[in-house]
This record gives sequence, C-alpha cells and structure tokens, in this order.
Amino acid sequence: MIKHSKKDRIFLVVNTSILTLFLLIVFYPMWLVLISSFSDPNAVTAGKVIIFPVGFSLEGYKAILSYKMIVRGFMNSLVLMVLGTVFCLIVTALGGYPLSRSDLPGKKYIMFIFTFTMYFGGGMIPYFLLIRDLHLMNTIWALVVPSALNVWNIILMKTYFQTSVPDEIFQAARVDGCSDIVYLVRIGLPLAKPIIAVLSLFTAVGMWNSYFNALLFLNDTELFPLQLVLRDILVVNATNTTEFNLDVESIKRQQEMVALLKYSVIVASSAPLMILYPFVQKYFVKGIMVGSLKG
Amino acid sequence: MMKTSTKKQLSKIARAYQLYLMLLIPVAMVFIFCYYPMYGAQIAFKKYNIVDGVFGSPWVGLMWLENFVSGKMFLELLGNTLILNLYSLSMGFPLSIILAISLNYLTSVAYKKVIQMVSYAPYFISVVVMVGIMYSLFNPLYGVLGQVLSKIAGYPVDIFLSESSFRHIFVWSGVWQGVGYGSIMYISVLASVSPELHEAAIIDGATIMKRIIHIDIPTLMPTVVVMMILNTGGLLNTGFEKVLLLQNSLNLSTSEVIDTYSYKVGLASSMPNYSSGTMIGLFKSIVCFVLLLIVNKVAQKISDSSLW
Repeated sequence: MIKHSKKDRIFLVVNTSILTLFLLIVFYPMWLVLISSFSDPNAVTAGKVIIFPVGFSLEGYKAILSYKMIVRGFMNSLVLMVLGTVFCLIVTALGGYPLSRSDLPGKKYIMFIFTFTMYFGGGMIPYFLLIRDLHLMNTIWALVVPSALNVWNIILMKTYFQTSVPDEIFQAARVDGCSDIVYLVRIGLPLAKPIIAVLSLFTAVGMWNSYFNALLFLNDTELFPLQLVLRDILVVNATNTTEFNLDVESIKRQQEMVALLKYSVIVASSAPLMILYPFVQKYFVKGIMVGSLKG
Repeated sequence: MMKTSTKKQLSKIARAYQLYLMLLIPVAMVFIFCYYPMYGAQIAFKKYNIVDGVFGSPWVGLMWLENFVSGKMFLELLGNTLILNLYSLSMGFPLSIILAISLNYLTSVAYKKVIQMVSYAPYFISVVVMVGIMYSLFNPLYGVLGQVLSKIAGYPVDIFLSESSFRHIFVWSGVWQGVGYGSIMYISVLASVSPELHEAAIIDGATIMKRIIHIDIPTLMPTVVVMMILNTGGLLNTGFEKVLLLQNSLNLSTSEVIDTYSYKVGLASSMPNYSSGTMIGLFKSIVCFVLLLIVNKVAQKISDSSLW
C-alpha cells in the first residue's frame, strides 16, 4: 500500500464523500420511481413513499396490462427495435468493411461522401418532404429504412476493422482464394463481435427511445411506438381513464391510479434497456475509444 | 508508360468489384437520405406550393432569410438558443472531466465500478421518460420533490410553468443523464497514463492535487480540445426533442429556440410554411458549419489537436 501524506488523505476523504453524494443524486430519482411504482396509490400521492415502498401493490402494473395503447406500443417498439437494429448492422457492415481496406481505389472520395454528411444536412423539412414523396408516410418503414444508414456507425466499424483485425488474416485468406464477401461473412464479422455488440446496443437503444420521427411520420395510432404513447400519458397528460379495466369508484381514486400508472409505465418502459445494459457495459469503453481514433 | 498505369488502375478497380458491390447500398442510401434533402433544401430560396412541388415552385431569393432575421422573434430565439447551449456546455463539460478525475483517485475499485455502473444508467432513459420522471417527481400535488418545494415555499410550486426555471430544468436534467456517460472517454484516457509517471511524481513528493494539475489535466487536454470543437459545431443545435417536451405556453419566452421555431413554422402549424421553416433550419446549419470550421482552424493554430 502506498503511504499517503496528510494532504492526500484529506483529499481522498473529501473525494470519496463527494462521489458518494454524487452517487446518491444519480441513484435516488431512479429508486424513487421504482419504489413508487410498487406502492399503494394512496401513499404515493400523499408523498409517503420516500425510501422504501409503502403498502406493496402491483396495481400500477395491472393497469398497464389492461391499457391497450401501452401494450400495443410495446409490441410496435419491439418490432421497430429488432428490424431497425438488424438493418442498421447490415448497412454498417456493408459500408464499414470496404472502407477499411487500403486497396480500395477511390477510397478517399467515398469517405468524403460519407463524412461530409456528419457536419452538414438538409434539415428537417426537406427530409420530411422526401419521406412523403417516397410514400413512406404512416408506415413503420419511415422509421426503419432511413435509420439503417448511420454514418457514424460505418466509421466506427471501418476503424475497428483497421485497428483490431490483423491484416495478416486477410492476406492469408486471400492466398487461399477467399473472396471479399466470403471473407466479410466468415472471418471479418466474427472477429468484429465487440464492435457489433456496442453498435447493436446503441442502435437498439436509439430505436427504442426515439419518439420524434414517429410523431412526424405516423398518424395511425395503431402504429404508435411506446415512446409516443408515453408522451401522451406522461407529458401531454392525456390518460384515457376509460381504458383501465378497473372498477374505479371515485375521481380521487382515478387520479391516484393515473399517478401510479405513470410510475409503473416509466419502470416498465425502461426495464428492457436497464436489464440489457450491464451485460454490454464492458464493451462501452472499447466502442467509444475506437470512435475517438481518427480513421 | 501511361497506358500500362491506367491498365493497372483499371485492373485494380476490377479486382475490387466485390467491395464496390457492398458499398452500393450504403452509398445509395447516403445519396437518398442525406444528399437529396440537401438538394431539396433549395425550397428555402423558393415560395413552395404543393402544385409545383420542390422543383417547380418560383424562386424568391433570400426573402425568407430576410423575413426571419428582421422578424421580432429573431434576437430572442438566437439568445435563447445560445444561452441554453452555453449554460449546458459550461456545466456538463467540466463536470464530466471532474467526475473522471475524481473516479481515478478512488481507492476502492469495487466502489468505482458501482459508481460507474449507476452513473451510466440514466443515459439509457429516453427523453420522454426523463421528462415524465421530472413531471411526476416535481408535481406539486403528488410528487415527492414537488411537495418538498411547495412546503419550503409555502404555496404549490409548479416549476414547469415558470419561464425562469426552464433553463435550469433543461440543463440539470441533462447533466443528471449525461455526466456519467460523458466521463467514459476521459476515464479511459486517464487509464492510459503510464503508472511510472505517477510513481515518479510521488517519489518527488507531489500531492494528489499536484499530480492532477501536472499529469492528468495535460493528458486530457487533446481529448478536451477535440470535444470542445465538436461541441462548438453544435452550438445552435439544442436538445430539440427535450425542449419540445418541456415547452408550454408559460415558459415560451425562454424555451423557444431556433429548432423548435423552425419546426413550428415549417411543420407543426395549421398552415405549415415549408420554405420559411427550411430557411430557418438552413440558417442554423450554415452558422454551425462555419463555427466548426473557424474553431477547428483556431485549435489547429494554438494547439496540435484538431478534427482534420
């Protein structure tokens, strides 16, 4: 153990205390939402739920299950997330691998075509008009197809191939008569698992969490992803109380249920990602560092 | 001589046909979804009508730009946008760095892991849910934190209905969500510092404070500069989706930013003006792009770090 000077010991104590305070500040709101969602609606609205759940109940979650818009939104989001992630990975691999090859003629120009779009864009309205002219309005393809192209992901993939897949492997495969397509599918992608894990996570999170494109492009409530349904419930405050399949007696009770439902729906909608993320966390640093390297 | 080299070039291209084949889809997509909208942005210089479409509508020059810049909203919008961004940058940016350095000197590795794990988690919460959490917790009637605030004030306080609190809500909720995630990069840069450097400093009697100033901060500088450049390039890009969710008629005087205004003029109104909305967006993109170029040039001159 290193012996610390007195000054350093003070520093370490202060440092640890501040970090503990920070930890509490970050943790507490999430904890509060979680325990509220499992508490008695009456205790929640009375502000009695502070450290532990009060009067354990699952009513909020029962209410979610009987709320058709939420269930449908959940399903829609799941479909969007899976489709979006798969398409995005395919396009990313098709872009990232060729651009990682130093023997690609005209590589400089193709790279420029991609990178320029990271700094400059046409804007929201021309994009909206494009989607309209492509007749993608009010279909889930308006959300899936354009987001399959992510220039940042392509550059991450390219950089990963360049820095982490040894050139000798490719040379050896070439000598054995392996074509580029076979090489990518059989050798390249399996070696790129860490970056694929990171990109999948971020694409999936992005698809799951986005609401704005759905707001722009979808009118049909049947197609609404979860976030758009949540927006109505949590932000616009348009809870359709008749959707509860509950025997609600008084208006007060209804209001309590709405408050409880909000907490439960926040937990339910964030749970899939919160459960997924610790498993992928170890790849974070790698993904971010690859991104910070200049290609 | 000439002939053989072109031949060589051609055979090189022919050999790479599979690579081009793969690139076909991404390149086609980038043209459709990125460059075509740039081409379509010409409606900013036109008076768009549905009958004539994007390409047939009559040109009006810079009319929409003049309209926007001379409009009474312009200064307020520009001010709101800049204040919101500068406020958010000046808080989030240093705090991520401080967090990274702070974690670097935590003696318990397990505790460090816990803090990292918890502090990254909010990053995965969607904007809608984030705003929903705040609405629920700060509701003066049934939210725990809202009730506390109301008790302190002596009357029901709804922080979302006030123009003075909008910026604080926006910035600090952003810090809460992003500070942990923002620190990841700095943490891994710090981890790359050779331990010998620190050992030598300890032998020379340097305190932790001294080591931070003379070893850690200089190590972080190149990364910090690059992040600064990128952030300046986005100086007019507000977290538009969150602003839109937090906006209401009572906080409009501080929450209306260029992005939301462009959206309202161009898409969300009952009589959308595509041309005017596009011009407002274009104005923003061009200002950002020029800012990025300038800052990158300056950074190149005064330090060695730059984007290109």
